[in-house]
Amino acid sequence: MQKFLFELNRDEEFQARYAEDRRGALVSFDLTAEEQQALIEPDIGLLFHLGVNGQILMHFAALHSIEWQDYLQRMRDGLAVHGPVREGVYAVTGYEGVDAHSRRLGQTSDIEEGD
Amino acid sequence: MPLVFAGVCSHAPGIVGRADQADASAKNRLYEAFDDMRQRLEASKPDALIVVAAEHFANFFMNNMPSFAMGMADYYEGPIENPEWLGISKTRIPGNRSLSERLIQKVMETADVSYAEEWKFDHGIMVPLHFLTPNYDLPVIPTNINCQGPPLAPLHRAWAFGQALREAADSVPERVALIGTGGISHWPATPDSGKINESWDRQFLDEWSRCDKAAMLSYADTQSYLDAGQGAFEIRTFMTVSAATEGAQGIVHFYEPIPIFAVGCTIGTIDLEAPQLRSTI
Repeated sequence: MQKFLFELNRDEEFQARYAEDRRGALVSFDLTAEEQQALIEPDIGLLFHLGVNGQILMHFAALHSIEWQDYLQRMRDGLAVHGPVREGVYAVTGYEGVDAHSRRLGQTSDIEEGD
Repeated sequence: MPLVFAGVCSHAPGIVGRADQADASAKNRLYEAFDDMRQRLEASKPDALIVVAAEHFANFFMNNMPSFAMGMADYYEGPIENPEWLGISKTRIPGNRSLSERLIQKVMETADVSYAEEWKFDHGIMVPLHFLTPNYDLPVIPTNINCQGPPLAPLHRAWAFGQALREAADSVPERVALIGTGGISHWPATPDSGKINESWDRQFLDEWSRCDKAAMLSYADTQSYLDAGQGAFEIRTFMTVSAATEGAQGIVHFYEPIPIFAVGCTIGTIDLEAPQLRSTI
């Protein structure tokens, strides 16, 4: 999965092929049906749960023009549905988000949180 | 000749891409600090800029991951990211193949380094260049330390690499500038994005500004991961600059946690004119 995303994120020609035929762009990669479906939708939350490195996933989300707070929320939703990140150093610590953190400190913020 | 400029800065993609979501006064203070750094860099009249970065899988992947790599091409391209998302247009950035080759040759005498004749920049280099060389008219020598895919080279190897870079810069006639770019504590690209351990950052920056080699080398990735997130592995880039300017004082011109930028935003330079380390700051 990560190898596919690495290749996709850095190659505009590959991105064009993926835009044309998402399933077809995956054929040369060794992927399970679950992984294929997550990449085709794309299911950001499931990909994060499966252990896709956050930086690779962030670039992939940007490729799909997923707005920042929506992107963060999709990861949170993915963990809620599928459980903790399976592997890798990009996980979660229980941080409750910028707004909640600011509220706890008695501060205000204009930042819209996705939740 | 000796390095003509050295400094450090943040590179988080939100600094440009989410600028409109930040507190305007904080954003403006950061942008002014970046502009001040640009002026200092320009005043040093560099012929080339080495950017020690911690890329995010734009070129190097776990199928063939170098701990240290340097670009050796006459031009590069970036950003790889969606330009609208990053707020930076795709462009071509000049390099200097001849200078790269001579620097790499010299670095290889004392440190291991891979070279790459192709290199696409991600936000890790594009964000600093957007502020520091906005016309993309200064040849850049991209340099990468793997801070993403463990196992990572230990910190003392980053230090040795920085020393090797310094010796290499000293050995060429060109006026070489050096920046290291990375985060300090941060949890980027996770649901924890925006979390910043300010006290951890300030302690590290205090050690960085005093070029306290022993203190900086005492960090362990396992503990840094717990205290400061996976983004803290990028302190290697700051330490490389320290090693390249060992004994000189660092000046932190700007530090401020800006959560929507997902990092404690930092601008620092090394005082190369007064290399005697002061005992207190």
